[in-house]
Amino acid sequence: MYLRQVGLGVVALLTLAVAAAAENITSFSLDNGMDVVVIEDHRAPVVTHMVWYRIGAADEQPGKSGIAHLLEHLMFKGTENFGPGEFSRVVAANGGSENAFTSYDYTGYFQRVAADRLALMMEMESDRMRGLILSDNDVTTERDVVLEERNSRTENNPGALFSEQRMASLYLNHHYGIPIIGWKHEIKQLNRRDALEFYRKYYAPNNAVLVVAGDVDPVEVRQLAERYYGQLQPTPDLMPRHRPSEPPQISPRRLSYVDSRVSQPYIIRTYLAEERNPGDQKQAAALTILAELLGGSGISSVLGQELQLKQKIALHVSAYYDGLSLDKSGFALVVVPKEGITLQAGEDAMDAVLAEFLENGVDEDHLARLKMQVRADEIYARDNIQGIARRYGEALTSGLTIADVQAWPEILQSVTSEDVMAAARQVFDRRRSVTGWLMRSDDDEGGE
Amino acid sequence: MRFLAIILLVLASALPARAEIDVQTVTSPGGIKAWLVEEHSIPFIALEIRFKGGTSLDLTGKRGATYMMSGLLEEGAGDLDAAAYLKAREELAASFSFDAHGDAVSVSAQFLTENRAQAEELLRKALQQPRFDQAALDRVRAQVVSIIAGNQKDPNQIASDTFDKLAYGDHPYGTPSTGDVDSVNRLNREDMITAYRNALARDRVYVAAVGDISAEQLGVMLDNLLGALPETGAPMPERAKLLLTGGLTVVDLPTPQSVAVFGHAGIRRTDPDFFTAYVMNQVLGANGFTSRLANEVREKRGLTYGVYTYLASYDLADLYLGSVASANDRIAEAIAVIRDEWRKMAEDGITAEELEAAKRYLTGAYPLRFDGNARIAGILANMQLDDLPASYLKTRNDKVNAVTLEDVRRVAKRLMRPEDLRVVVVGQPVGLVSSDKVESE
Repeated sequence: MYLRQVGLGVVALLTLAVAAAAENITSFSLDNGMDVVVIEDHRAPVVTHMVWYRIGAADEQPGKSGIAHLLEHLMFKGTENFGPGEFSRVVAANGGSENAFTSYDYTGYFQRVAADRLALMMEMESDRMRGLILSDNDVTTERDVVLEERNSRTENNPGALFSEQRMASLYLNHHYGIPIIGWKHEIKQLNRRDALEFYRKYYAPNNAVLVVAGDVDPVEVRQLAERYYGQLQPTPDLMPRHRPSEPPQISPRRLSYVDSRVSQPYIIRTYLAEERNPGDQKQAAALTILAELLGGSGISSVLGQELQLKQKIALHVSAYYDGLSLDKSGFALVVVPKEGITLQAGEDAMDAVLAEFLENGVDEDHLARLKMQVRADEIYARDNIQGIARRYGEALTSGLTIADVQAWPEILQSVTSEDVMAAARQVFDRRRSVTGWLMRSDDDEGGE
Repeated sequence: MRFLAIILLVLASALPARAEIDVQTVTSPGGIKAWLVEEHSIPFIALEIRFKGGTSLDLTGKRGATYMMSGLLEEGAGDLDAAAYLKAREELAASFSFDAHGDAVSVSAQFLTENRAQAEELLRKALQQPRFDQAALDRVRAQVVSIIAGNQKDPNQIASDTFDKLAYGDHPYGTPSTGDVDSVNRLNREDMITAYRNALARDRVYVAAVGDISAEQLGVMLDNLLGALPETGAPMPERAKLLLTGGLTVVDLPTPQSVAVFGHAGIRRTDPDFFTAYVMNQVLGANGFTSRLANEVREKRGLTYGVYTYLASYDLADLYLGSVASANDRIAEAIAVIRDEWRKMAEDGITAEELEAAKRYLTGAYPLRFDGNARIAGILANMQLDDLPASYLKTRNDKVNAVTLEDVRRVAKRLMRPEDLRVVVVGQPVGLVSSDKVESE
């Protein structure tokens, strides 16, 4: 049994590798610069239609945090051709489901409908790429909705508030230190002009990736894409995404967040870590395997064996790393101490396990089990076409190519224990880390 | 109004697809039944097993036993302790998960064709020879206690637990499946064995398999996995008496956003009016951007990020429930708008356009659910738990389409009872005071 996530602000990826067999994937670009990926799966007459923009919260101007996410909400407000609310009504009237999401590096929109409704989805999605109409009232009302969303996700959740503070400490200069949803005081100031400026510049075919997955024919998808998206005007002179980068980090940082609503104190340490880069994913693969070995699977992982089974001082442990990121990512270690064990004792024990791991190296049987899992995940992943579509969209808006996505499982398979140890020695540098304690009260050491 | 033209065009060219799911009913040599969909294009199998009864089978004073027992099934079995069991599963890259709720214990398994026999053997051990080692029990107990402590500080959980207590009192539905800290701390190994024998038996098991397996192979697997379980388990729990009255309950919690759960008596899954109620709920508050509540509370007024309602039709009781969350100084307005919509629905029902839109959505969305072996297996297992025949897959949309405007008006009058609405608010809501003195924990 696993303790459910303790509000770490991340969802652990149990799936190591996701890639569809290359023969099911077709890709091309339209004349106006829009990239298209088609993933075929003919088991059910369903299609997932997604448009991903290479724009996210980490691309916002200073003082305008939250504009990428607010705009995502506003994209449902209507155009000349489809009035307010019509987009959602049409999707629903066709039995479809839809949603949208904003991250640091991308903003995405998707609909899942019967395969024969693809043209209609393209008609509406291409229409709102350039034709959004916003009133002041749309913006102020939706801004209230977003503030309530922030209340639900963050203000009512001490673990999420803690996560914001930790991210702000990990990134001294990069926008990853600012929450995706935005700081509350800045969300309150966002207006219609901010939204439209952002929209007109970044919502353009040359800044977008179309992913169509399901029971479709790539030739037909191409014709439809050309008809609907192909006529849209690109944004001229769109600059490559260069965000402020981190200076050399030379000092370990610590913080504690105290909130009476906390029920379970815990420790989380995050190290700045290399992300997956185009044509260069080896280091990220080693870090992915390292996280799985240390804390990917509870009591069979290195931290779990020692802290849960042997010393019996932890309720839950985990290690987390996601290399899918445009800029520097984080490698996190979590220890949730048992009642009677202080946060300091938990942290010391975690450091002792790390030191021992650096000394002893990788258990080859454990590595073999993970490689088996990587291979199996490629099979299981084929059962979830929407998951595969999402992975391609994420990768292509995080600086990677289709070839990188397809090479990833093999790169994971090729990781040796030496690679893992080299990655461990490099990433576990306390000067590039933030250690956080989540506490119930100022004098709460977690050991009451 | 280009929108209307497009809709008509699409409807003329393609009516909503039917769920083309070819379900075989398999009976094992030993007499155990299962539903199977063969799908050989991906070399793995998704298996879903349900044992009816679930945590409502907890004995008096042993609340939380079934929940903890189900968490311990994967913590050591046969000759393998917890760590060895987990490693064995990892070597096969199989995934097993065990869960328990008020109506069933659920087992979800996915395993590869290439090592099916070993995965089956490992799953057999968990189902037939769980060890309930003291070390595993103590470890999992500490995790459960931590989960309970978390729930007691979580506004959403407090709201639904408070509502359940008001609705069901001492019936098992009235308290959390996890048990409370005291009851869980008292549970011992004997209690786990009792809960296991009570919950996992052949007279209450339902199975669905989807994937790379034949009917014959599945038959052998069923006997192997389940044949040695006892013929019968504990008697099924009684239906719950609904104790709910209309009114407002405020639970003070220092947090910036109030969370509200609201509702009253619902409708049984077997009631001839169930589908009418289902269509009505689609219009009022089913999740999505298009319901009346989403429109009034979120779109027009910006009062919430999420408001929804659902028919909570369980094995032992039925409620019509909803939920909303708004800042402490705005929740009163959100609740007032919801009460207003409740009354409107009771008095006027829905419009012809709303009925048409709801039918289109429900009938169009239904076949789209059936994508992916794991998803299909889950749906088929839950259908059996609801006592639905396999033919339901083909008749379900007809039942939705048969609902008339007059049906909805009649059922709305019967189901929607504004004066019986109980609202539980957790937070520090401005301008809301409990309407009656209610014990709440």
